[in-house]
Order: sequence, then C-alpha cells, then structure tokens
Amino acid sequence: MSAATVTPAERIDVDAIRAEFPVLHQQVHGKPLVYLDNAATKHKPRAVIDSQTHYYEHDNANIHRGVHLLSCRATDAYEGARARVRRFLNAAEDAEILFTRGTTEGINRVARSYGELLAAGDEILITHMEHHSNIVPWQMLAKRKGTVLKVAPIDDAGQLDVAAFERLLSPRTKLVSIVHQSNSLGTINPIAELIAKAHAVGAVVLVDAAQSCSHLKVDVRALDADFVVLSSHKLYGPTGVGVLYGKRALLDRMPPDEGGGDMILSVTFEKTIYNKLPHKFEAGTPNIAGVIGLGAAIEWVESKGLDAIAAHEDDVLRYGTQKLCEIPGVRIIGTATHKASVLSFTLGEIHPHDVGTVLDMEGVAIRTGHHCTQPVMDRFGVPATARASLAVYNTRADIDALCAALHKAIEVLG
Amino acid sequence: MSDLRDLYQDLILDHGKKPRNFRKDDACTHHAEGFNPLCGDQIALFLRVSQDGKVEDACFQGKGCAISTASASMMTAAVKGMTVEEARRLFVRFRDLITGVDPSTSDSELGKLAVFDGIREYPNRIKCAALPWHALTTALDGNADPVSTE
Repeated sequence: MSAATVTPAERIDVDAIRAEFPVLHQQVHGKPLVYLDNAATKHKPRAVIDSQTHYYEHDNANIHRGVHLLSCRATDAYEGARARVRRFLNAAEDAEILFTRGTTEGINRVARSYGELLAAGDEILITHMEHHSNIVPWQMLAKRKGTVLKVAPIDDAGQLDVAAFERLLSPRTKLVSIVHQSNSLGTINPIAELIAKAHAVGAVVLVDAAQSCSHLKVDVRALDADFVVLSSHKLYGPTGVGVLYGKRALLDRMPPDEGGGDMILSVTFEKTIYNKLPHKFEAGTPNIAGVIGLGAAIEWVESKGLDAIAAHEDDVLRYGTQKLCEIPGVRIIGTATHKASVLSFTLGEIHPHDVGTVLDMEGVAIRTGHHCTQPVMDRFGVPATARASLAVYNTRADIDALCAALHKAIEVLG
Repeated sequence: MSDLRDLYQDLILDHGKKPRNFRKDDACTHHAEGFNPLCGDQIALFLRVSQDGKVEDACFQGKGCAISTASASMMTAAVKGMTVEEARRLFVRFRDLITGVDPSTSDSELGKLAVFDGIREYPNRIKCAALPWHALTTALDGNADPVSTE
C-alpha cells in the first residue's frame, strides 16, 4: 500500500504526537491509560480542542445571516472548514460538501432523499460486513418504497467475495452502499474496483469512509464515488459532526429531507423556494463549533500525513497481530490480506465482555460486543468479540500492555 | 476500586462456566426473551408455574458473559419452589443489592445470591446481572415482548 512510500524523514514522532493529546496522560483504576478503542472514537489533539474554545471565546454567532462582525467571522470559519473538507476529499466544489451529525445521518439522508427517486423493485446492494448504520436505513427504505436489499457475502478471512458481488449486480441495481474499511474486521475493500463494476450496470455508489478516512486517502474524483460519508470524531475531530459528499448532479436532483431555516430562498404559506446547494440540505443552525473543530482536525491530520499515519499504524498492527497470536486461546476474527488498524479477537471460551472488564482494571480500554455488526458476528459464529483498534498515537508498548492484561484475564477467568 | 475477585468470585465463575438449569422447556407455562444490545447477550427463560402460583421449574438457554450466565443460573435455582410473589420480592431484593440501593447482605433472603454483592463497584456490569431477572418479571407478567437492558 501507499504507506511503503513514507521516507524516514516523514515518519511519525509518536512521543511528540502523544504530547498533543491531553486525555492520554492519565491513570485509570490506578494504571496508566492504554487507549485502544479508536475505531469507536479517537481522542482529540490540543489543536482541535483549542479551535473550538477559540470559536466560543471570540467568534460565537449564528452563521449565514448576521450583518455584524462576529457573524461574519463565524460564517467564514464555518465555510472555511467546508473548503478544507472539499480539498481533503478532492471534491470539485464546496457545494458538494454537506455537513451532517455523522456517518449514520449521512447514510440515512441518502436513503431518505435519494431513496425518494427510487421505485419498487429497484435493488440496493450492500456487503455482509456493513455496520448496522449501512443496513437499517436500507431496510427502512425497502419498507417505505418496496426496494429490495441484496447482500454480497464475505469469506472466512472477512474479505468481500468480489465475484459474488459482481454476480449480484444487474440493471435492477440502482444503488451500491459499501464500507471502505470494516469497523469490526479491519478489512479494506477494493473500493475503486467495486465502484467501477457498479457503474458498469448504472448504479450509483455510496462509500462509508468512517473508518478509512483517518489513514487512507479518499479522493472522490479519482474513485469516481457518487456519495461519501464520514464522521469527524473518528478523524480526531469533535463528536456530532460528519460529512456527506455527493456529486452535484445527484444532489441537485434530490429533494431536501428536512425543512427549516437556512435551507430556503423564500417562504410564503403558498410556496417555498429551496436554497441552493449545500444549504438545501442544512436546515437549522448547525454544529458550528463542531464543524470548525473538524476543519482543525483535518488540518492536523494533513500536517502529519495520511501515508505516515498509515505506516505507523501498520507497524503497530503487525506487531499486535504477532503478539496476540502468541497468547493461548486467541482467535483473530478478520485476517484479510488488506486490513488496517483493527484487531478483533476472542479469547478461548471467555466472553469478550468479561475480557473487557479485566482489561479495564488494568488500564487498557478496548471495545467488546458486536460492534454494531451483528451479521458479521453471526458469520463467524461468535456472539461478540474483543476489539483493539489503533490510532496514530498508539505504540508497540500499548500492545505489550494489552497482552499482559490478556494474560491477567486468563489468570482470573480461564 | 475493588479487586477483580470481588466481581469474579469463585461461585460466579463456577456458575458462569457450568450453568445449572441450562435447557429448553417446550412445555413451559411462562416464557420471556432478554437482550443486552450493548454486548450481544441473549437469554431465553422458561418457567412452569402451577395453578396455585408456585414456580415448579425454571430453566434458561442463551449466550452471555460469565456474569449474566451465572446470574441466570443462580436465579433459576433460587426461584424454583417459590411462589410467584416470593420470586417477585426476591427480584426487588436482588435489584436493590446490585444497584446499591440496599447493599446489606446480612439477611437470609438473598442466600447465595449475596455473591453478586461486588458488582455495584462495576456499574457497567450491573446490566449483565440484571438481564435474567428482567426476563423473569417479564415472563411472570405474561408479556410477549422481548425485554432489553436498554
């Protein structure tokens, strides 16, 4: 992968990076915090925290309407963040960047709004490794419009069966919604190839980039993606903010799914004229501070470099995979050739929830459960897994702490 | 913070690994299903309640962590032979124990269930212990809807 192109000079100085994250420097239950729950949410560097504080202390005002200076500054900061997201995703224009509450809202918005353009019998294709947020909205659409949901299978390593995916594509397929990187398995899908295959039958493609965008370049024009969704908080930004990218040609055709202030040009009781993009899809006062924080987060990520971040995480992932395999009873769930940042596993017959509690007492924070991917758990015949997931601030020492805590779990529960 | 052994006491680990009354009862009079969406735990509880309101049999199936499995195992053992009213009273007593509303364990009513005393130090595990008991009250209420910890 592209990580191989990182030169020594561009390598991550992980000690310097850790110093930028205030939350990492604390003890939990009397032990130094080892945070390995980054697929759930990542911590925020000082620059992101400061950007929000600065906004509230200096610029706080509503956007797009005031004539006063603070409103102008707030609007500039908000729209500046939109321009930064546009460059980050290499979109053609700012108006194609819509702010949402997060990935989940982005997918729901496409299902509600683009879904209005679909008819009974139209097919939507997803994969077996999707997060519940990329399953349930399509089930809701199926109920509402009579569309049909199809699911492409995965193999025992947690990789998409691309041949089966291709067989499920047909002229009836109107929309393909696929995850770029699986949150519970770590699998990276060959997204460009899948988009090309979907386009060949005339389907539009939504890419869930929630897990991938913090270490993989998502270039919407190089990929020719129709929709891309992501969450700020998985990209070192604040919670409650996300992005829905859509091609203008599609967004222009789509009806707004929420009415209110800011999304209109004129309102009378007889007739309302909707605002132009992107405002058509941003009714009401948005999370202004959150959007500004997202802009700061992207600036921070770009200053480290996605390739350098990926190279660092890959080193820790390889080390972690090797170390976990040395522990008796560990079964790694998700062994795709192309994967990143996620170590999902079970530990003998010990339930992952019990593993999680013992690890917590040792200061090690992981996620346990089905990770909002119950079909994946069913596929592998487990009710849940323990999941350690990485960010740029994790180290090999974090893996050593994880392994020591797992030995403790075996001692207490084994 | 207390020691892990306060949570994972030997009796709990024993019931977690070798649950008692772990079977299905197709001829049950009362039935309920419980889910913990947080961790994926699920339990199906089966009761046989006699005409005069006595719990003649209680058993369960499902998958869950050591805490919820041990809780279901010990609950089914405890309520067997009780009247419905006694079982409901025991639920309230158990709930008050694990949530810390009434942490005393000196009374005889709880019996072996007092072993769950340590769980209130682990707030995010209380739901695990409570799930089978919520299924119990749901079953006794004759409610067909699955119960959830959320």
